[in-house]
Amino acid sequence: MNRNSRRRYASTTWLVVTYALTLLALVPLGLVLWFTVVKGLPPVLHPEFFTNAFRPVGVPGAGISHAIVGSGILVGLASLMAIPIGILGGVYLAEYGIARWAAWVRLASDVLVGTPSIAIGLFAYALFVVPVHHFSGVAGSIALAILMLPIIIRTTEGAVALIPHGLRESGLALGLPRWRVSLQLILPAAAPGVITGVLLAVARASGETAPLLFTSFGNTLFSVDATHAIQALPLTVYQYALLPYKSLQDQAWGAALVLVAMVLAINLLSRWVLRRQIRLAGQL
Amino acid sequence: MASAIETTPTSIPPARRVPDRFRAVMALVAAVAPVILVVIVVILFQQAVPAVRHFGLGFLIGTVWNPVTESFGALPAIFGTVTTSFMALAIAIPVGVAVAIFLAEQGQQAIRGLIGTGIELLAAIPSVVYGIWALYVLAPWSYEHLEIPISERLGFITYLTQPAVRGLFNAALVLAIMILPTLTAVSRDVIRAVPRGLRENAIALGATWWETTWHVILPSARAGIFGATILALGRALGETIAVTMVIGNRYAIPPTIFSPAYTLASVIANEFNEATGTLYPAALIELGLVLILVTVVVNIVALLLVNSTSRDARLTA
Repeated sequence: MNRNSRRRYASTTWLVVTYALTLLALVPLGLVLWFTVVKGLPPVLHPEFFTNAFRPVGVPGAGISHAIVGSGILVGLASLMAIPIGILGGVYLAEYGIARWAAWVRLASDVLVGTPSIAIGLFAYALFVVPVHHFSGVAGSIALAILMLPIIIRTTEGAVALIPHGLRESGLALGLPRWRVSLQLILPAAAPGVITGVLLAVARASGETAPLLFTSFGNTLFSVDATHAIQALPLTVYQYALLPYKSLQDQAWGAALVLVAMVLAINLLSRWVLRRQIRLAGQL
Repeated sequence: MASAIETTPTSIPPARRVPDRFRAVMALVAAVAPVILVVIVVILFQQAVPAVRHFGLGFLIGTVWNPVTESFGALPAIFGTVTTSFMALAIAIPVGVAVAIFLAEQGQQAIRGLIGTGIELLAAIPSVVYGIWALYVLAPWSYEHLEIPISERLGFITYLTQPAVRGLFNAALVLAIMILPTLTAVSRDVIRAVPRGLRENAIALGATWWETTWHVILPSARAGIFGATILALGRALGETIAVTMVIGNRYAIPPTIFSPAYTLASVIANEFNEATGTLYPAALIELGLVLILVTVVVNIVALLLVNSTSRDARLTA
């Protein structure tokens, strides 16, 4: 075998290795989805799984309605806090991005994305649980809001930066003040991209367990009172999965399936919205 | 001959600076992010003060964790966090970089888009779902098909004995899967940022696909891939729930890579709600403080590396 065919042979081998490793990377995704569906489907098929709350082991008809409603309340409250601040912060970065302060904001957001969520949970516990002497959903949603904020800031910045300069310049040429150009002209044009960021943040917050452990804590009863302990879907999966009862473990799988279905649906939706944004920006 | 025309420079009147109130308001809103970050660190430090005062720097090298006698040392947890993270990196780097190379190639956009989406969905799956999957599927499988064969064949190395369903190795395995998307996405962007000219030059010189990739593309993307690795390290260090479910929760420096152990985040997750007194919760919060300080530093280093490569790429392009 001469040198060149050896080189070509080596190249092909490595190409095959690369492809094989790429396929290997997709195996866990397939396995996680497969097992979540197979093990989670039996409990999910009972309608009372969605309408009833926790019942002691042995009592039939147990459900996770308390966790679904609790998650909705926690993530809803967190969104109310994180979305307005996040969007305005992102618009600031896109519009005044060269300012030195903007660089700090950007760095802080990127670091905040990588901050361990359990540490954010400890922080929320120290600041919002200790003073009132009891666990509360509000503390949990503040922790979730801190997780959502940097995601919304950075994706909003990216979406606004996609808008062509011409639009901004025509607004300014018409004599509109900066704030109207930014908030009434640029932001609506970037809306799909901003919505993408918000959806991703919501998906992330719905799946987080660690920040809720010491804040919203969990509740076996159906509760909509966010000022006290409240259940959440990921907490249900975590708590039930570690208990030695088959029926609770099955419910954990069921809750995991609900969680995965929700998170993946939000993600695919956000992808679709983002594609529209890119098309829209191309037309401007 | 002094016939030059005398000119006195007329001073240009300074532009009337209208105070940009909109900008000020927006800067203030955006300030929430850095302020929160600083406040988190300050609050955790303030809460950890009793433990910091009581143990001093000895906290970091102490190996005992006994709530009854109130003696606390962080070393086993730090050891567990660091080893699981680095083992996870060792598993994830070859796969992640291979996927990144695959995704950064031109052509066949449909397949690449699909695989890219798949990897990104891997990032979207909540940590607790990885946890329950690892606990009931991955860990038993890995115990039977990886740990036992390895310990039987390579048992003469002491570190590769004593297989266990819950332990360091299986925690690292889950972590590797969980950090793969971060590693892949950032590496792909960095590899894509390598100027096309470099690749084309190599091909024009007669280099094969592999020679182009290994000798040209990867070296110029090296700092960025290193940055991606460190970013993934930051994620691995702070991961809590999935690791807590499979690490085995044993507060000691594990004798082998399969043994049950503990990580900083898992100790906090498991014990904080039961911690009573002043010293015990303070010690747990100090673990959290150690964790957050390490991840903040790791993240900043990673971001600097990633940003510097994409800037270099822009300059040379």
